Amino acid sequence: MPLYKEQGVVLRSVKLGEADKIVTVMTQGAGKVRAVAKGIRKTTSRFGARLEPFTHVSLMLYRGRGQLDTVTQADIIASHRNLRDHLGLFAAGETMLEETDNVAQEHERNVRLFLLLLSGLRALDARPADPVSVAESFLLKLLSLSGFHPSLTACAVCGAPDPTLFASGQGGAVCANCAEHDAGSASCEALRMLAELAEADLMGAGDIHPDEQVRREGRALLYGFAEYHLERRIKSLPLLSGSLAP
Amino acid sequence: MYEGPIQDLIDELSRLPGIGPKSAQRLAFYLVKAPPDEAKRLAEAIVTAKERIFFCRECGNVAEGDLCRICRDESRDRTVLCVVEEPKDAATIERAAVIKGRYHVLGGAISPLDGVGPEDLRVQELLDRVERDGVTEVILATNPNLEGNATALYVAALLKPSGVRVTRLASGLPVGGDLEYADEVTLSQALEGRREM
Repeated sequence: MPLYKEQGVVLRSVKLGEADKIVTVMTQGAGKVRAVAKGIRKTTSRFGARLEPFTHVSLMLYRGRGQLDTVTQADIIASHRNLRDHLGLFAAGETMLEETDNVAQEHERNVRLFLLLLSGLRALDARPADPVSVAESFLLKLLSLSGFHPSLTACAVCGAPDPTLFASGQGGAVCANCAEHDAGSASCEALRMLAELAEADLMGAGDIHPDEQVRREGRALLYGFAEYHLERRIKSLPLLSGSLAP
Repeated sequence: MYEGPIQDLIDELSRLPGIGPKSAQRLAFYLVKAPPDEAKRLAEAIVTAKERIFFCRECGNVAEGDLCRICRDESRDRTVLCVVEEPKDAATIERAAVIKGRYHVLGGAISPLDGVGPEDLRVQELLDRVERDGVTEVILATNPNLEGNATALYVAALLKPSGVRVTRLASGLPVGGDLEYADEVTLSQALEGRREM
């Protein structure tokens, strides 16, 4: 089937040649797909804004012999336009796209990841009070989905309650008896905040608004854990921690 | 694959953006077969451009000296600034001859995934110019894509406290296009920016 139909969310696009782009799409049925959109950078392109990142699209694709497919048709299902018009929502959305791109495998079906991304973008498009909380809740869910659910309320090794230390390599929060040499301290407020974000549904996560100091500590633990297990630096982190806030 | 100068030429050409090994080979053989004058002209044009082209200290556009042609022109309005991502965008707008003011080239757009943050762009220089030259209007002409839009939002938020009028290029239906091919985002933006007739 050289020509196939899919729906997906556009993760990113990079320029190719004179007027083309390579778009990376997280599809529902075919995993992550990279495809060429010909002539998309021309003002008269029939693709217009249909293949901009964040957009949920219905696609007709042509599977070529090489690594890249070709987009032959695209229609918008949801544009998630608010993410384009507000810097805070943009920053939170970029984190979601980056992490999905990191975790997803090309041509490997992952419907749960696709649905998680879609719910994350929908939650942001509803203009939550705190977009950063939504992005961090999303990241925790993405880690769980990838098999790296951090232990937050009990020691990751022995299961003892109220752990006070945190070691990414040991699986999250740990008690003093089980901690290895590289464990760092973690306040119970920061661990509670992360546990709350992990449990909340994405639509409700935007109402969680922790104290700034607790948030900073929780974020450091979360991103340290995510970068350790996903083995990649999270490039959009400075965006989320406020470097875009003028 | 080849020996000596021809392989050197292919290697150098294939380092250029958008030129793969096959294209480099095709260009190299074209140049070798071309009349000596043609190859010489190309070589001289490259060397001259490299020696004589600088970036304007005012606006960041390409210039033959310290200042570019537009910044040297005293008849251009200092109080209107058109902010673009790249020098080629300024050239495109200049071709339409619709801006009587001057330009400011940012040198790119905010793109966290490519490692480009606000600190990598000429944003501070823009704020300094706005304050120094008594600018009354800043026209944000960054690309109408995700990165260009984020950059425009960021610059607009920075300029807001100064009280200067900040405008953004309109987005909408391309002249000569068909309405039936317009996508929902473009169409809704066109509708928001509709005008009284």
